[in-house]
Amino acid sequence: MINAVIVMNDQGKPRLVKFYTFQTVEKQQQLIRSIYGVLCSRANNVSNFIKVDSLFGNDARLVYKAFATLYFIFVFDSSENELAMLDLMQVFVETLDKCFHNVCELDLVFNFNKVHTILDEIILGGQVLETSTSEVVRAVEEISKMEKNANSIMLGPSISGWSSR
Amino acid sequence: MAGGPSLMDSLFQRSLEDLIKGIRQQTGAAESTTFISKSVDEIRREIKSTDPQTKTIALQKLTYLHSLHAVDMSWAAFHSIELSSSTVFHSKRAGYLAASISFNPSTDVILLLTHQLRKDLSSANPHEVSLALQTLSSICTADLARDLTPELFTLLNSNKSFVKKKAIATVLRVFELYPDAVRVCFKRLVENLENSDVNVVSSVVGVFCELACKDPRSYLPLAPEFYRILVDSRNNWLLIKVLKIFAKLAPLEPRLGKRVVEPICEHLRRTVAKSLAFECVKTIVTGLMQYESAVKLAIEKIREFLMEDDPNLKYLGLQALAAIAPMFLGAVVENKEVVIKSLSDEDVNIKLEALKLVMAMVSEDNVAEICRVLISYALKSDPDFCNEILGSILSTCSRNYYEIIIDFDWYVSLLGEMARVPHCQKGEEIENQLVDIGMRVRDVRPVLVRVGRELLIDPALLGNYFFHRILSAAAWVSGEYVEFSKNPFELMEALLQPRTNLLPPSIRAVYIHSTFKILTFCAYSYFFPDETISSLTSGVADSVKNGGFPESSDLASSVAYGELDEGFNPRMLHESLKDDSVNKGKNKITDLDHSAQDSLVGMVNIVEATLGPLVGSHDVEIQDRVKNVLGLIELIRQEIHGSLVPKGELKASEVVRVMYNAFSEELGPVSLSAQERVPLPDGLELKENLTDLEAICGDFRVPVLSSFSLEKPRSLEMDAITVSDHQHEEDHEPSNESTSLLIEHRKRHGLYYLPSEEREKVPNDYPPANDISVQNKANDEEKDLVKLTEQSLVPKKKPTAKPRPVVVKLDDGDAIRIDQKKLELKDDQISGAVRDVLLGNEAVASSSRTDKSDKSSSRRSGKDTSMPLESNVDLTNEESSGLGNKNSRKNKHRSHGKEKSHRSSRKVGGESDQKDKPKSSHPHGRHKLRQKADGTVNVAAQSPVIPDFLL
Repeated sequence: MINAVIVMNDQGKPRLVKFYTFQTVEKQQQLIRSIYGVLCSRANNVSNFIKVDSLFGNDARLVYKAFATLYFIFVFDSSENELAMLDLMQVFVETLDKCFHNVCELDLVFNFNKVHTILDEIILGGQVLETSTSEVVRAVEEISKMEKNANSIMLGPSISGWSSR
Repeated sequence: MAGGPSLMDSLFQRSLEDLIKGIRQQTGAAESTTFISKSVDEIRREIKSTDPQTKTIALQKLTYLHSLHAVDMSWAAFHSIELSSSTVFHSKRAGYLAASISFNPSTDVILLLTHQLRKDLSSANPHEVSLALQTLSSICTADLARDLTPELFTLLNSNKSFVKKKAIATVLRVFELYPDAVRVCFKRLVENLENSDVNVVSSVVGVFCELACKDPRSYLPLAPEFYRILVDSRNNWLLIKVLKIFAKLAPLEPRLGKRVVEPICEHLRRTVAKSLAFECVKTIVTGLMQYESAVKLAIEKIREFLMEDDPNLKYLGLQALAAIAPMFLGAVVENKEVVIKSLSDEDVNIKLEALKLVMAMVSEDNVAEICRVLISYALKSDPDFCNEILGSILSTCSRNYYEIIIDFDWYVSLLGEMARVPHCQKGEEIENQLVDIGMRVRDVRPVLVRVGRELLIDPALLGNYFFHRILSAAAWVSGEYVEFSKNPFELMEALLQPRTNLLPPSIRAVYIHSTFKILTFCAYSYFFPDETISSLTSGVADSVKNGGFPESSDLASSVAYGELDEGFNPRMLHESLKDDSVNKGKNKITDLDHSAQDSLVGMVNIVEATLGPLVGSHDVEIQDRVKNVLGLIELIRQEIHGSLVPKGELKASEVVRVMYNAFSEELGPVSLSAQERVPLPDGLELKENLTDLEAICGDFRVPVLSSFSLEKPRSLEMDAITVSDHQHEEDHEPSNESTSLLIEHRKRHGLYYLPSEEREKVPNDYPPANDISVQNKANDEEKDLVKLTEQSLVPKKKPTAKPRPVVVKLDDGDAIRIDQKKLELKDDQISGAVRDVLLGNEAVASSSRTDKSDKSSSRRSGKDTSMPLESNVDLTNEESSGLGNKNSRKNKHRSHGKEKSHRSSRKVGGESDQKDKPKSSHPHGRHKLRQKADGTVNVAAQSPVIPDFLL
């Protein structure tokens, strides 16, 4: 299964943190720091895998990829295929790209909830659910529509503008 | 912060975006911390608002802060639950998201969520269901799992695959926490393997993949379903998961492997997806090694991976190669160029894998050469990788009692050389091996002493922290095997050199103790020259006699005399001067003896001068040992000067002899379990309170060594002797007694120690170790290594210069006893339940904890009971879905073909299933039948699990 999905920027600031096995936030922050420490030390053009047995227990692997200023990180165990995880990361990034039209770090910064929605459509409880970008985008759009409708019904037009985030 | 939320709070509430902007505007860490804590105060007010929108935003902000800034939000758990019950989707989602991110199993209000989850799981809005499922899968507890199993069961039959796939993924968590859910949901889960939506099938297979990791055997009956997917599906995600399952199942059932190997190879040939190809390779490598054609194909693919430029593929390819290496070393050798080239790759992952593979190629014929090349790699790589190299050399060479080492002289020299690699941090391991080899391999001791000497005499090494452990081993070896030393005086100087004060006390203590041993040895050689010569063949005695000491003693002697000159220790100065004059006054001894005596006196003086000041050391260990040495010196002095020994007391030389003999006792490796096996002597009371005794002996308790474990048994014995020696300097009785006790003990428990053989004669002109210092001029080490490994497979038996020395092994004791792997209870429960469901014997397993041994028979009984049993036939078949289907399939296979019969049996099952309530009780007759089977077919284990499918 997938243990965690983390997105952080090249300064080590987390932008998305999702653990599929319970960890306290303090532990999460600590793990993120250790991962960042390792990522920094790696050159470009090297393989995308890191051994993380010491951080996540036996059998754990980590795959990361740098997109512009962001590191995307998946932590998983032996029931997942390493290359498939890279593909899944690609799916995730493409979906983000479609949802935010040329996604950049700021999109992730300011759309905390939406990013979680997108991720939840792709992975649930550490299991891969959906690998088709268009399916995910459709579901996410449906959800956004529902939220907007609900908001407008409840609040009326005046406030909905600045509370829709 | 106090007070309820006002309207103003609602109207001018900061949105999440405002909050984020605010945080981003803070420059320093301190500012943002203050800002965040101020925001949390705001949130605390806002969240109490009656306006759902205000509350929602407050919770969203808090969730954000919790997730990315580690702010505590356990206090807001109830608000999450409150919002999750909102009818507004937006608020509901905020509530659920907060819950799924922040709740943990110990959140006390978690049960309050049960009702809302149940409601949302049954909602008509798929997105609400989806929210509930997401939350449940993140925060599931055993209670939630138990209470919500019926809803999940319903959802497994949902007509929306959007919901269904999520329900399936959630079921996995529920199974883990509440194994009884397996009885309810498993059947429907299996049915979904037939679903037309590939995402649903993929989820189910994903779940089985996780389950099969824990206990593959239980899922063997489902092999036909997985096989169908393997053959029919073209979805790579799905195929990867199925392959993972087969990798687990195939080793359990040889016939299964035979069946799946062809489709897997087909996929491997056909696919362009690297992920699938890699998974096929992995499956073959882990589970299908006996199919040569498949392995060949896999090796071909691996080679393709290795040729790729993509470092990921290269890395994974090397990994796969490493997996194949134990059985098909040829595959590694075929690819050795790539492997060795990878040793200097810039990617540390690739380097490490390559190193692993190089080590796999090591054999006793090429170990020396490979190690030489690897050391030169180590010298030029970064510290981390350098230590990886050293570590793998150490572990490979020491594997199974130095199995691949024939020439120990070479290996010991290598250890010395490794110690000098600049980045070396493997001191501890090298220390252990030096001492271990010293004890196990008698023949190598002269070289060991030589290597130790080289390390000890280099004052530069003392400054390197990582080196101290190695020096400790070198010092110990020099002391213990001093009889092989060409020049004990030189060793003594090395042990006493001034820079030893850089050593930590524990290691310094080892140094001093070795000094003690060497001094004993020298004194013995002096007092009993004949015995020394007869018992030792190395010209040590000569060297003592000829006084190899004064000339080469620039370092230590100058220091020592320097101290003397400065009057550092006036008493000693005076004494030694007096000694000299006394000596000169005597003319009884011959010239030869005289010079020997001079050298001994010189040594004694130096030792005394150097160690004397340490009597006041704060470290007990050092102080204690120094006192031992000084005590010995006192004895030697007396003897040399022929001072009159009062009647009834033993001559000092005799004491020296006793001590020498004590030291000559061979130290052997001791089995880890030796202590346990020593029978408790009668009358030994271990549990009695010894506080009284402590009060009496408090003054001279033997300090416990902690630093140098291998030495412990010896040094404790030593202390026992020397301490008592010290107490009664003139009286040798106690030491004699303890020595004889020791000998007797060893005789009695010979089993637990090594048999102490007669000391072998070691020729003086012992052949030197392979001269590895000969520098290989060839720059191209890679080529070198390639060539070497080339030979590694050809079993060339070149006549070795000398036979491999005996390496002492203990019969069993060294092996670490590995406890039987215990399956976790929960897993066991799941598997038990799965087996029950698959094999249709629910009635028996109400306890949900089926015994493992029960498995085979129950499986058998499941088969037995699939005979027509009136109206329960369909039910039974359906329950034991995998097996039942198979049986029905078998029946119809010949006439209708597989697919069709399969479907038809499904259909029947599907109908009956509607009536099937969770936890339905089962016909009595079957239960009985099963028990009968239990009694009879217990032995017919494992064999007929999936027979029809395989034949």
